[in-house]
Amino acid sequence: MLAGRATANIVRRPFYGQDLILQMDMIGVGSLPITVLIGFFSGVIMALQMSRALSQYGATGQVGQITAITLVREMGPVLTALLIAGRNASGIASELGSMKVSEQIDAMRALGTDPVKKLVTPRLLAMCVTLPLLTIIADFVGLIGGYMVAVPLLRLTTGSQYWNNAWRSLEYNDIAQGLLKPFLFAIIIALVGCLYGMRTSGGTQGVGKATTQAVVVASVWIFIVTAVITRIFVNL
Amino acid sequence: MARQEPKERRRILKFEDVSLVFEEGPPVLDGVSFEIWSGETRILLGAAGAGKTVMMKIALGLLRPTKGKVYVFGEDVTGFDERKWFDVRSYIGVLFQEGGLFDSLTVEENVAYPLLNQARFMTEGRKPTVDSVRPDVQEALNFVELGETLSKFPSELSGGMRRRVGIARGSVTDPELFLYDSPTAGLDPITANTIITLLIKDRALRNTTTAIITHRFQDGHLLANFRYNPESQRLEKLPAGSPFLERTKFMVMQEGRLVFEGTEAELAVSQDPYISKFSMHPATKVS
Repeated sequence: MLAGRATANIVRRPFYGQDLILQMDMIGVGSLPITVLIGFFSGVIMALQMSRALSQYGATGQVGQITAITLVREMGPVLTALLIAGRNASGIASELGSMKVSEQIDAMRALGTDPVKKLVTPRLLAMCVTLPLLTIIADFVGLIGGYMVAVPLLRLTTGSQYWNNAWRSLEYNDIAQGLLKPFLFAIIIALVGCLYGMRTSGGTQGVGKATTQAVVVASVWIFIVTAVITRIFVNL
Repeated sequence: MARQEPKERRRILKFEDVSLVFEEGPPVLDGVSFEIWSGETRILLGAAGAGKTVMMKIALGLLRPTKGKVYVFGEDVTGFDERKWFDVRSYIGVLFQEGGLFDSLTVEENVAYPLLNQARFMTEGRKPTVDSVRPDVQEALNFVELGETLSKFPSELSGGMRRRVGIARGSVTDPELFLYDSPTAGLDPITANTIITLLIKDRALRNTTTAIITHRFQDGHLLANFRYNPESQRLEKLPAGSPFLERTKFMVMQEGRLVFEGTEAELAVSQDPYISKFSMHPATKVS
């Protein structure tokens, strides 16, 4: 019901453009440093782990290919989504939960504003726009991390071979699932955060409980959805 | 700002056998019926958990009754959806228990909020701007003597000041009905009296129909026996036999039921052990 109302509100007046920009700034720009950091180290770790395995088969030149496929298909979207779930699903749930227990949501309704339109829709839209963008950035920075390990550090391959392999290994299928997943994760994170926030009861203790539940539930759904999407794309 | 008293009194709020039951537990509201007419003041007393706030939320359409009918401004609003309620609510002012101010907005933005978001203040579907509503916001804040706090955030204000900003936000739309949920709860007696004085002043200047939830009999006593004199700008006691004395009625709630409705004099002579706890012995009453 919340998803339906939040989506229907996208095309209904009035539009809260300022709230949307504010949320995009908080979720997108606010999460950028940590996303870059996590993305970079994902690539570094992936290249380090693969260097040992590939050297056994004399295929160290394929490190770019493996790093790119792993990052774009799975690690980039899932790690970024888990990070954003920890950072923003909790933030949304605690903010909305605090508003609920301090009667600000009731006040909003009493003063003529639909809280779903004012609070949920901008967060949902902002998340759907920023999470795929953050995932693309994480993927790219991860590839740079993999390059740093594979080329200057361990000298497993040359720079041109690394980038050439990474680029050629990616198919439309990989790009499609690498963008579809963060879009679906964005819906999960925003709606779970908002739902638990708006259902908060029981004072400050309830806010803490709602925040924890939002992160746990969003994380579990991220893993379920990624498994389902991967299963579908494996068969394509 | 001042609204003339209408020649004909009209029914502002009516509850007809209203009940509310949640999934678990006993009814939160059990067959409550009453009427509030224009120009009246209602003092709603009762122990914590007696159903006072629930009753206010039903009157605002924030909760839907499981049984009975609710009429606001003469219209049956029981089956109204959220969108229809927005229009009804734009004529009702409300002060929530802790003020209900938005933490992330300044005092000015809080008070301007209803003017910027309610459909009846839009012209040709366009929202007014903060600049265009600033004179009204300033006037409302001056009324509660907080005209210098426009750029402050609610966290920078004391509990009493937050309630006063809440009153300004509720009154800036010049509502026909003003609902106050425990406006003096948790405040020191001096601040509490300041708040009640504002309520009496608001009632006198705007002729607003007022319903107040309170735990303090003193609040009701002041509202029932005093009026604001705009000329002397002070409160003055109503003379004995004044018709205004009949305009303030008390209601007592007990475990979701309305167990008393009447004037202060009738409350004072009640022999019921529960109801009499909410009155004061005549000899000790505030003068």
